[in-house]
Amino acid sequence: MTTRGQVVLRRSIDWQALGRSTYQAALSVVLSLLIGALLLLVSGQNPVLAFRSLWDGAFGSVDRFTETLVQATPLLLIAISVSLSFRCQIWNIGAEGQVILGGIASIWVALTFSELPPAILLPLTFIGGALAGAVWSLIAGLLKAYAQANEVITTSMLNYIAVYLLAFLVHGPMMDPAGFNFPQSPLIARALELPRLVAGTRLSVSFLIALLMAGAALLYWRTTLGQRTEIVGASRRVARQIGLSVPATIALVSMLTGALAGIAGWGEMFGLHFRLIEEFARGMGSLGIVVALLGELHPLGMVVSAFLFGALVVGGNAMERNAGVPFALVDVIQGCVILLILARGYIFKFRRGAR
Amino acid sequence: MGIVEMAGITKRFPGVLANDQVNLELHKGEIHGLLGENGAGKTTLMNILFGLYQPDAGQILVRSQPVTIASPAAAIHRGIGMVHQHFRLVPPLTVTENIILGLEGRGLLDLKAAERRVQQVAEEYGVQIDPGATVQDLSVGQQQRVEILSSLYRGAEILILDEPTAVLTPQEANSLALSLKKMAEQGKAIVFISHKLEEVMRLTDRVTVLRAGRVVFEALTRDTDKARLAREMIGHDLVALRAEQRNQVLVLAGAKNAAPVEESPAQRATGRVMLETKAVHVNDDRGLPAVRGLSLVLRSGEILGIAGVDGNGQRELAEAIVRLRPLQAGQLVIAKEDASQWGTPDFLRRSTAYIPDDRQNDGLILSFDIARNATLKLFKHRPFSAFGFLNNRAINQFAVELMEDFDVRAPNPFVRARTLSGGNQQKLILARELSQTPRLVIASQPARGLDIGAAAYVHQRLMEERDRGAAILLISTDLDEIMLLSDRILVMYNGRSMGELDAHAANAQTLGLMMAGTPLGDTDGSGGVV
Repeated sequence: MTTRGQVVLRRSIDWQALGRSTYQAALSVVLSLLIGALLLLVSGQNPVLAFRSLWDGAFGSVDRFTETLVQATPLLLIAISVSLSFRCQIWNIGAEGQVILGGIASIWVALTFSELPPAILLPLTFIGGALAGAVWSLIAGLLKAYAQANEVITTSMLNYIAVYLLAFLVHGPMMDPAGFNFPQSPLIARALELPRLVAGTRLSVSFLIALLMAGAALLYWRTTLGQRTEIVGASRRVARQIGLSVPATIALVSMLTGALAGIAGWGEMFGLHFRLIEEFARGMGSLGIVVALLGELHPLGMVVSAFLFGALVVGGNAMERNAGVPFALVDVIQGCVILLILARGYIFKFRRGAR
Repeated sequence: MGIVEMAGITKRFPGVLANDQVNLELHKGEIHGLLGENGAGKTTLMNILFGLYQPDAGQILVRSQPVTIASPAAAIHRGIGMVHQHFRLVPPLTVTENIILGLEGRGLLDLKAAERRVQQVAEEYGVQIDPGATVQDLSVGQQQRVEILSSLYRGAEILILDEPTAVLTPQEANSLALSLKKMAEQGKAIVFISHKLEEVMRLTDRVTVLRAGRVVFEALTRDTDKARLAREMIGHDLVALRAEQRNQVLVLAGAKNAAPVEESPAQRATGRVMLETKAVHVNDDRGLPAVRGLSLVLRSGEILGIAGVDGNGQRELAEAIVRLRPLQAGQLVIAKEDASQWGTPDFLRRSTAYIPDDRQNDGLILSFDIARNATLKLFKHRPFSAFGFLNNRAINQFAVELMEDFDVRAPNPFVRARTLSGGNQQKLILARELSQTPRLVIASQPARGLDIGAAAYVHQRLMEERDRGAAILLISTDLDEIMLLSDRILVMYNGRSMGELDAHAANAQTLGLMMAGTPLGDTDGSGGVV
């Protein structure tokens, strides 16, 4: 076990903390579902039927289950993106805009350089998407780093710009000339579409890429860069004192964050829609934040919570169709999860030492 | 019968018995000194009276009524006011606005009327203050007056002051003393928490000494004397203890002369100049001048002590040297290089160490574990990382070694810094800063708030570093510490140097006068200019 003078030390897993987070997250979700059930009862619906159709909608068949994963894919990528900046104490809520820019840029690359061989063009679209997301996020990052502009304001304003930029493009310059005036771009070449994981479903390789990024995030926190991110997040004062540049770190983390969101946009384009459409990223940014918070900003936690929210979205749609329960109920449940997660310190009081 | 009687008060914190069966009686018209070393339980006892803590056992009677004081609001309601060491004021608001904070009532606010009332209360107790001034523009002493007025304005009959003079210049302390006497004359009961014998003797009518959570002595001040109080406070004879402590430090430091033989710095060969400031000017956070043309020279193998009352530019000076703060004018030379334009990384690269005075905010990341705190400055280098990946094995191994070398007491290196005691936190900082054998050490208040054992350890380490040949700048408000460690002493007042003394020639009286702003030479004291 130990050799002379050498102590073998390993950070043992803190089961207590893990148990606590899991318990709190699970309890938040269960309580939210109960509140949803109560709302259904009050509005004269049968909650058992509604939740049954929600469950079936999310897990009822191979088709449904893969659809849950399809929905989970961008949520996971966005959550990872958001967790990076959150752990650096950058309150970036601009994921939606970065996803949109990633989508726009990657489709633009695909349509503009369509004569390139797919083996070269596909990686280029990926890079284009990541880069566009990074640059979009960097705008807010630089404003924060060097002008102390509040990133909550700047990123949400950038979201508006991105949404309207997308609308302008699909109604104008990038509109499919043969598309009967639908607000969408032309389709990308068939050869550029990401391969399906399960034939006959919409689940594509982009799901694996999201999982891969979760793995990369796990590794990231074991790098010096990850350490630097956490130091700047924990204490700007200590960071300055040990010679780390706080502005440079903020700018760098902003770019990484934006790149991940851009990749989410790329995945939506090349794995799912194959063309630019209006509102393809609608609501994803805020939902991604919920996923990140529920997963406690930990890559593995976020894999679980992304899956959960994928199921809620898919099941919620089915519930609306089959049980006539408005999808808004899903929004309510989401809202409850956010509130409970944020307030968990007060709600789920654990015994703590005095002081 | 006193206005307040505390009987059998016991308060336990995890691992510490802060108050043990404490009895205390306060009387109207009296200034009651509560004396004790750091950690003796003075502040805890008063926090209980002020409703911040609940006692585990014991009873409190106010005006002969048994009461439970559940919160500061309840304390204020019963006429108890407290002025904490750290003020609770809102800097951008005016004096009046701060005082009436929480008492605004409903509807429209008549600030003019409030201002008149504040003025009235101030005059009643002989407190000089401009009710319309903005708090952030006030000196520390004036801010303290605002705190006191705030309690009086709320009708406090019992006023607790927690180490009120710690932040004051001697002049401000005198003016505070006059105000307090006046308040006592008008029938207030005043608790004066302190660990300074001098002022307790001068100011109080009655004195209670706490040691390790217990009342060990109680008397009318006129019936006792300084030596007695010192003995009670420390449990030894003061002079003997200081000698003993010095002796112990020397023994621990492995000095050849185990006996406390005075060693002149001239006898020890001092080396080349490691740090020099030439008429440097530095601004504080508000952009106001904090250091005004200070020059000093520090050589390897010596400790230069910077003495002074807190807030006279010491922090800004330290931050300018470690390159966290720009110079407004003057020149900074470190190891013969012009460092005036350096950034922090440039400073760090020159084999330097910095022990900041705010160890919890500047020295450590409390949410990080020991291992990560120990390698904060090293994690980018081999063996702690390679190709951008952290080597946790090396990091943990290093942390374990440091914990052993620097006596950081914790079960393993994965313990968060937050859970360590103050002494262990400071040892962890020392470990990180001194383990790389620095040539220049900037140590700011290195033993503040530590118990005697931990403080002696810190002092021993610093002396070892000096003997090894490091140049050490020791900034401290604790005169005993300065006189114990320094080879030369420079006194800072209002951003300027009041002069420099050989540590041998220095005595507390001369230093005290210099700390109050009298330049050396005007002090009529002994002590040659170096």
